[in-house]
Formats: sequence, structure tokens, C-alpha cells
Amino acid sequence: METEWTRREALETSVVPTGATVESGANAAAESAGDEPIESTVRLSINGEDYTLTLDHRATLLDALRERAGLTGTKKGCDRGECGACTVHIDGRRALACLTFAVAVQGREVTTIEGLASGALHPVQAAFIEHDAFQCGYCTSGQIMSAVACIAEGHARSEAEVAEYMSGNLCRCAAYPQIRAAVLAAAGEAGR
Amino acid sequence: MRPFAYARATDLASAIAAAGTDGTSLLAGGTELVNWIKEGIARPTRVVDINGLSELDYVELDSTELRIGALARMSTVAEHPDVRREFPALSVALEKSASQQIRNMASMGGNLLQRTRCPYFRAEVELPCNKRVPGSGCAARGGEDRSLAVLGGSEQCIATHPSDAAVALAIFDAVVRVHGPSGPREVPIGELYVLPGATPHVETVLEPGDVIVEIALPRSGLAAHSHYLKIRERASYEFALVSAAVSVESGGGIVRGARIALGGVAPKPWRLTSAEADLVGVALDDEAAMHGALARDFEAARPGRQNGFKIELAKRTAIRALQIAGGVA
Repeated sequence: METEWTRREALETSVVPTGATVESGANAAAESAGDEPIESTVRLSINGEDYTLTLDHRATLLDALRERAGLTGTKKGCDRGECGACTVHIDGRRALACLTFAVAVQGREVTTIEGLASGALHPVQAAFIEHDAFQCGYCTSGQIMSAVACIAEGHARSEAEVAEYMSGNLCRCAAYPQIRAAVLAAAGEAGR
Repeated sequence: MRPFAYARATDLASAIAAAGTDGTSLLAGGTELVNWIKEGIARPTRVVDINGLSELDYVELDSTELRIGALARMSTVAEHPDVRREFPALSVALEKSASQQIRNMASMGGNLLQRTRCPYFRAEVELPCNKRVPGSGCAARGGEDRSLAVLGGSEQCIATHPSDAAVALAIFDAVVRVHGPSGPREVPIGELYVLPGATPHVETVLEPGDVIVEIALPRSGLAAHSHYLKIRERASYEFALVSAAVSVESGGGIVRGARIALGGVAPKPWRLTSAEADLVGVALDDEAAMHGALARDFEAARPGRQNGFKIELAKRTAIRALQIAGGVA
């Protein structure tokens, strides 16, 4: 139905065009840490684009991506570093967005699932489809970001190694055999 | 979560000054601090980010020691060829810690200052815990104590220390180099942690303003014959129920010298100094004799409701680790 909005469309109406500054919703005068500010205007580089955001220092990279930059592909699972759903790349290495304060990634390059494909799907995305490596799909963006890094690290040489180096990404649907197959297949492609 | 100010340290002196300021927390990898702030375990009014101090990010080997900068990441250290070759137990301990994402983030200095995974300490709803609120009691004693300490605990606390790396560092007699308001000093890894006694909230000998800058491991022929064996309830990505770091010198299958430290059984890495003496002359494949040699160190064990299994499991883990390090398993 035309009147139905997706979550992403709803978010986009409040999202900041690249390079623009957004007013913070927080009232800096109401809460403070001594005389020092509790929010900062920071310039984040995400998927090669600059986002200038005024962020409460408590904002995690995960919340900044989803709620402020409109990049909802990165998922919030446990929000405490236990499930891997929020896996992104920071300066090319996989990391957890839920355990990263957004203000601390200023000057570093963040890559999310939205930044992975250039035109066609990334080979790891294609491999996940080919191998049916998801059921509900909630963990999938984190799985794929982790898998891309796992292959780049050289840690996808056997099924056992993939299982070990993908263990930080939980899948409650237990699509693990298909995920391992997809990662191994994509690693084989990458090595060819 | 309370709001806080944020600043970046530009040099070690400013980090030391910040660390000595009431209400300030230093931010390195963030894998602990961010959760502490979310849970209310830490309530800083100011967070000082030290990740820009690239002079603390290195792994280097000279003729006498391996030096690991406090900001070296766990994954970097785990895969470093000098660490793999000369201190394999440390490499394995790091590889079996957390997940690759967390290892990419977490610093070596921060790894040592992890706090316990005791479910009462980490509870979202505040429960009696003398670490969280001194004097509030210990809900773990007589409670869910399956994961908790059988050695070194007190009436006030039976938490275990969660670091795998610290257990490996214990057998290598590593030294933690600290800079503080009164200058640099060295803390042997065996003296870094203090037992809970009546003050479980005091966990290390570090004082306000102290910053770990380096971990140094003296080179030794024994270190290369080392191994870390971690027993846990999942195959990967889980804290240890019991772990053993060992190094062994043997000839003809007979132990000539050994170092053993256990994880998961005590509030700090637990060196088995009696066993290290009693194992000399024992055949690595004589499990009954090895079992006997491990007995004295466990005389002080005080199991609770659910964790008594750790005593036998720890002995078997140590034996297997010694056999692997000694090349007979």
C-alpha cells in the first residue's frame, strides 16, 4: 500500500543529508559532566561518505548508525558484545559497533553492510544467497561483515577454522552449516 | 547511563593525569568499559580516550625479553610470529579468548584489568555483591556458584578472574610496567592481583593515576615448550570453566621442570608452586603419579554448592596440558 512506510523511509525523513549538521535532541544544559560538554559534533566517515553529527558521548556507533545516519542494516541484538549482530569494519578490521562509542571513531573509516556491494552483490553476499545461509536473517548482516573480514584475514581455510573464527556471530536459527559453507565457498572464489 | 565528557589524551602524561582524576575512566578497546557504563558498574563523568597513543602499540623482541605495548590488540599479539614461536601458551590463550571482533578491539593492558564474569557482579538488576557495592554481601556464596572460585576466595567474594592471557603470563613470570604520578615501576604479574579478603572491590595493586604501559616477558628456553588448555561449556567464544597454562622441560618423558597456572578456579591466575616441585622426576605418561603431584596445591580448596567438580577438572586439565606441552599427547 502506498501509504505504508518502511522503517527505513520513516528514518530517512529525519536523517541528515551528507555533510549537514543535526541539532541534538539532548538538552546540554539539563545534564552535564561538570563544566565540560556531554555531546560533541563529530565527523564520521561511513562507507566513504562524511556524516557530521552532534552526538551525546554515550551514543554507541551502533545507535549512531541506525538512529542518526539512517543505516539500519547493522542490527542490534544483545547490545553488550555477545552476539555479533552489530559487526562492522573499522579501518578494515571487524569490530562490534555496540561496544564502540561513536565519538571515538572520528578520523577512522567505518564500513557497514550498506557499503559492501559496489553495483553487484559482494561475493560473500552472493554466497549467502546461494547457500541459503540464513533463515530469519536478523544476524545476517553481522555474519556477512564478519565473513568478509574472516576471509581477508586468511582464517577461512577449513570448516573448523571458519567455525572458530566466526564464533563471535551467533545465529539463533542455527544456520551454521549453511553459513560455514557460504564462507568457504566465498573464500574459494577469493583465492581463485 | 549517566552523561559524560569525552576527551582524547595526546600523550602519556595527560593520560596519567586523567587516570588520577576522580570520576575519569580511560578508554582503550572499550570492550569492558562500554558495558560497565551501560550496566552502571562504572559511572564516569569523564572518559579519556587513549587510543591515539600509538607509542603504546607495539610488539618487540630483544635479546632478553618480549615487550608488548599496553595498546597492542589481542588479535595482533596472538598472531605475532615471535609470540607464537617463543611463548606459544600466550598465543593460544589469546586465540581462545572472546571472538575475533573483540580481539581486534581489546587492548592487552585492558585485558589484564577485566573484571569478573560472576553473574551477580554483572547482573542487570543490582544484587548483593561486595565488588559492586562494598558491604552489600555476596549472593554467589550459597547461590549460583558453578562458574566461581574454589581457591583463594573469601567469605565476602568467590569471583574468578576471566583473563586467559593473564594465566599464560603467570607461567612466564611476566612483568607489568606501570607509569604513575610518581614515575615508572614494575609489578610482577604474580603481584598485580590481590585476593578479595574483606575488600573484594580492591582487585589490583594499581593506584589512581597508574597506567599500564607495557607487559614484558623474559625470554627462556622453557617458554617455547608451553601450552594453554581451556575447558569451557561451548567449543568457542566462552569464558573458561577451568584452564591451564603450562610449560615443561622434560627428557625421556620425565619432567625436569614445570610451570603451571590455572584459570577459572580463583580470583587471580593460580600458580601451582607445590606441584611444580612435586612433578620433577615424574613420567609425563604416568597419570596417577602426576595426579598425586598435583594434590598439595588443592588442599586449600573450598568448593561451594555447584563448583566442586572444578577441583578434579583442574587437575585433569593441568595433566593434559603438561602432556601436550611435553609432546606425549
